[in-house]
Amino acid sequence: MTAFAQRIWASTLGRHLLLAGLGLVAVALVLENTSAFRNGQFAVMAYMGIAAGGLTVLTGLNGQLSLGHGAFMAIGAYTTALLLDDYESAPPLILVLLAATAVALVIGAGVGVAAARLHGPYIAGATLALAIAVPGIALYFQGTLGGEQGLTVVVPDVPNWFADAAYFITANDVSSSKYVAYIGWFSLIVSYVLLANLSRSRVGRIWRAVRDDDVAAEIAGINLGRARVLAFVVSTACAGLAGAVLALAVRLAAPSGFMLTLSLALLSAVVLGGLGSLLGALIGAALLTFLPQVVTSIGLDAGLTDLQAAELAPLVYGLTTMLVVILAPAGIVGTARAARRRRRSHP
Amino acid sequence: MQQFLTTALTGLTQGMIYAAFALALVLIWRSTRIVNFAQAPMAMITVYIALVIIDAGYSYWLGFAAALLSGLLLGAVVERVAIRPVEDKPHINAVILTLGLFIVIHALAAVIFGSNYRSFPAPFGLSGFRVGDVNVALTGFSVFTILAVLAVMLLLVLLFRFTNVGLMMRASAFNQEVARLLGVRVTRMLTQGWALAAMVGSLSGLLIAGGNLVHPSYMDSVVVFGFVAAVLGGLDSPIGAVVGGLILGVSLSFVSGYIGSEVIALAALVILMVVLLLRPGGLFSHAPARRV
Repeated sequence: MTAFAQRIWASTLGRHLLLAGLGLVAVALVLENTSAFRNGQFAVMAYMGIAAGGLTVLTGLNGQLSLGHGAFMAIGAYTTALLLDDYESAPPLILVLLAATAVALVIGAGVGVAAARLHGPYIAGATLALAIAVPGIALYFQGTLGGEQGLTVVVPDVPNWFADAAYFITANDVSSSKYVAYIGWFSLIVSYVLLANLSRSRVGRIWRAVRDDDVAAEIAGINLGRARVLAFVVSTACAGLAGAVLALAVRLAAPSGFMLTLSLALLSAVVLGGLGSLLGALIGAALLTFLPQVVTSIGLDAGLTDLQAAELAPLVYGLTTMLVVILAPAGIVGTARAARRRRRSHP
Repeated sequence: MQQFLTTALTGLTQGMIYAAFALALVLIWRSTRIVNFAQAPMAMITVYIALVIIDAGYSYWLGFAAALLSGLLLGAVVERVAIRPVEDKPHINAVILTLGLFIVIHALAAVIFGSNYRSFPAPFGLSGFRVGDVNVALTGFSVFTILAVLAVMLLLVLLFRFTNVGLMMRASAFNQEVARLLGVRVTRMLTQGWALAAMVGSLSGLLIAGGNLVHPSYMDSVVVFGFVAAVLGGLDSPIGAVVGGLILGVSLSFVSGYIGSEVIALAALVILMVVLLLRPGGLFSHAPARRV
């Protein structure tokens, strides 16, 4: 038995699938034992995690910075809202999620071709412009995209087979918000397994080579443009999927949900967790989801108004981002790994 | 014809403001090779300081001066405290740092001053001059805007061309090591450069705010426009930044007048992409050289 487990652990795919299975069990345990409100929060953490996972691969492995991932989430969310518009004849949810991913992927490819030729501050500026520009599109096409109010998203009913299976295993009924949380976490686990395999594969090694020294990589026969575009496309596809889950969780796709702050929050989540680490992205997403509540209640206790207290959370994670960049650029996961390595070499 | 003229004149005024903001970005880029994305919130918070002073009953000009002065101070403090530690680190660290600063100042302004819209006064009239029967879209405030930006540019040229400090700042931007060997205190020059740039940024913030509504994110799109203008001019050339700002201001004004004001950010993105794909070094680039 242990030999078998060791063999699975030794293969990359086996290890990732094993971790994914364990993750799925953990998700089910947590979601079944928490309130509907917490389920909603976990759905938020799921879509933040998916988008942060894509961003950490782009920034950490390939060295490209994107401040425009909020825009790609908007594309995913609006695609979902438009596809689910007709309650009677809406396509199956899995197709909707795939479509949202695909649309973000195609647009990401267009932007990526342009962005791959940029470096340093240019790519940051271009994606920043994207983050500012995309909410304006929703305002301009008021007829189809709903303008300032946005589009409400109709979440389809929980399918019978899912409700039956869940009842059989957990003896609990599945509420709509729990269903969305399950969808979010299932999407997260699938995308993380794919990202983890990708980063361990030839493609991931090429991305790292391009990040570390583009001239050396090119001499080694790597097509720089293709590697950069591929990283960008993979990352925007994740953002599109995250946007779809966001639309389901929030039940609304509106320009106010995709302001610049969303893209900046994602970036700080990735930096806090540690660039390039999927675990770090998940930790960052958890911080973004659960920290605001804690900080806001502290602010309210200190006598601030609701609106002021709501701004304390960005203040805290902005400050933490700055401190991390100055003091521990490897982030939480990177610093922890370095400490463990030091302890091992000097027992 | 009337609309054409109006649009062009509005664009010219806006372009002057973008030029000032782009100039601030270029000043910092030349000295430290960092694009300061936090320039927008830094300018925004100094405008709030001016607003508090004006709302307390003091004159507009006192608030104006206070905003410029606090911009100067803020720029120096930011360079000393936040930027200095990452100056010799990989590029991406500095960019992330300025974005962290962006979030922090943004949130700080919302906590201290509230996030609702507040109107900011203008020292001059906001209705256009009349020439005969035609109402020209040039207001008293836009004349002031154009003159103020021109004055700042003139002062900067004088500073860099004819003073000792300006020469030392140019030397440390050109080559830090050589400048240090020649006895220039390079770190002090960098701090001064940031302070100066932040002050120019505050000026553009004040000029945008005049006669408009102010809220914590009112400068967010300006950082994009300023960046696009700076890239149009090549990110390295102050003259280029000014010309880029004017070109961008006029083109965005036409987009806003004839298509819709919602898509001006999109238009800026398209302009940026076209420029970066066709002439990555900007409109005024000479021989492109990239060290490896």
